Amino acid sequence: MIRFDYAEPHTLAEASLALKGHDGLASVMAGGTDLLVEIKEHLRRVKCVVNIKRIPGLDALTFDAAIGLRFGALSTARAIELNDDVARHYPGLCQAARELGSIQVRNRATVVGNICRASPSADTLPPLIADGARIVIGDGNSTREMLLEDFFTGPGKTVLRPGELVLGIVVPPPAAAPARTGRVYIKHGRRKAMELATVGVAVSLTLDAAGVCSQARIALGAVAPTPIRARAAEALLEGKPIGPEALVGAALQAMLACTPISNVRASAAYRRDMVAVLTRRALEQALVLAQEEQPS
Amino acid sequence: MKKVVTPIINGDAVELAVAPWRTLLDALRFEAGLTGTKKGCDVGDCGACTVIVDGAPLNACLMLAVEADGCAIETVEGLQQASGALHVLQEKFLQHGAAQCGFCTPGILMMAKALLDETPDPTEDEIRFSLAGNICRCTGYTRIIEAVAAAAQQLREGGPTPENGAAR
Repeated sequence: MIRFDYAEPHTLAEASLALKGHDGLASVMAGGTDLLVEIKEHLRRVKCVVNIKRIPGLDALTFDAAIGLRFGALSTARAIELNDDVARHYPGLCQAARELGSIQVRNRATVVGNICRASPSADTLPPLIADGARIVIGDGNSTREMLLEDFFTGPGKTVLRPGELVLGIVVPPPAAAPARTGRVYIKHGRRKAMELATVGVAVSLTLDAAGVCSQARIALGAVAPTPIRARAAEALLEGKPIGPEALVGAALQAMLACTPISNVRASAAYRRDMVAVLTRRALEQALVLAQEEQPS
Repeated sequence: MKKVVTPIINGDAVELAVAPWRTLLDALRFEAGLTGTKKGCDVGDCGACTVIVDGAPLNACLMLAVEADGCAIETVEGLQQASGALHVLQEKFLQHGAAQCGFCTPGILMMAKALLDETPDPTEDEIRFSLAGNICRCTGYTRIIEAVAAAAQQLREGGPTPENGAAR
C-alpha cells in the first residue's frame, strides 16, 4: 500500500487540527472499508490517515420515543442492522444496513462513513432521508446541524468544510399513536448480496387515525448525482386517503424526478423505469405496514 | 515510523512492529508468519482474509495492523486443538468435500465459526446470509453449506463446543 502518516487523536479538536494539515491530504478513518480501498486502488491521495476511533462518545447508539434514534460517527452498519429499536421503528434503515456489503464489511463500516462517502448509490442514505434524519457536524469548537438531504452536493461531495467531522445522526421518532408510519427500503441489484444498488427507493408513509396520509417522504438513490426526494410524488399522496391510483401517480412522478446516468450497472432508461416500479412497490409495502402497525 | 502493537493472536500475545500502512492481513502473514489467512482481492470483496477480531468477523485486508493493539484475534491456525485434533468445522469440510482449491476455505471456516458462536442452530438461509461475503469459485457452495450445517448439528449434539473446539 502507499505510505502514509497516521494519527490517533483523542479529542475532536485534535482531529480537526490533523485534518486541516497535511496539505489538505488528510483523510478521516472510521471503519476504513472505503478509505483503504481507495488508497490501495490509487483513487485517493492521502498523506495522513486520521483514525477517529480513540475519540470518546462517537459510538453511542440510543433510541428514545421522544427524541428518536441517535447514533454516532463510529456506529457500525452491523450495530444498526442488529439493533432492536432500529428493526422495530426504522425498518427501512435496518434493511439498508442489512444489504450493505458483507457481515465482515458491516462489522467495520460505519453508517456515517457511508454518508460521508456521498456515493449516489449508498444504501443507507435513502431510508435516512425518508425518515427525516438530521446530521450533526463539528470541529471541536462549534457544531452545526442540518437535514441529511442538504448534506450532499454531488457524487462524493458534501458540505463538510476542512477540519469538520460528522459527529452523528439524529432520526426523528415515528409518528405518535394513533398515527402510524410505514417505512420501507427496496434495493435493486443484479444479485442478492455484495451488490451496489442499481436503484434504491425508500419510503416513509404516515397515516393519521382516519387513514389520511399526513406525511409521505420518498427518497431515491443511484438515480441522480446525490440521493433525492421525489417531492411532487409526495405531494400527490399527502392530505388524502391513499388509493391505488395515487400510488401509480406517485410512482410516475418519482420517475420524472430522477436524472440517472448510464453506467456499467444499468442504462439510464432502465433505472428510470425501475424507479417507477420500485416506488409503487415500496409505497404499497409501506401502506400495508402503516395499516398493520399496532399503536404502541 | 514503525509502531509496536501487541495483539492476542489465537490466545498468545504477539509483539509486532508495523508501519501505519501495513494491513492486519499483511502483518499476520509476514510479521506473525501466519499464512493460513489468505489474500484474495485485498479490497474486502472476497472474504478469503476473514479473521475474528474481538468476536467480530472482518476482512483483515481492511484493518490496519496498528489498530490491533490488545485485540483478541482468531485465525484459522487457532481452530485446531492443542492436541492436533481438527475443529468440528474442519472435520465436516473434509467429510463433505467442501473444499476444492482451498484458497477460500480459511476465510469460510472463520466466518462459519463466527456464525456458530452466535447461532448454534442456523437455518440454511442464515448460513447463506452469513457466508455472502465469502466468494468461492470452485464448489458452487452446496457442500460448504452442508458442511456448516453438519458441524452445527454435531456441536449441538454434544461434540466439542466452538469454544473448546478452538485452540484453547
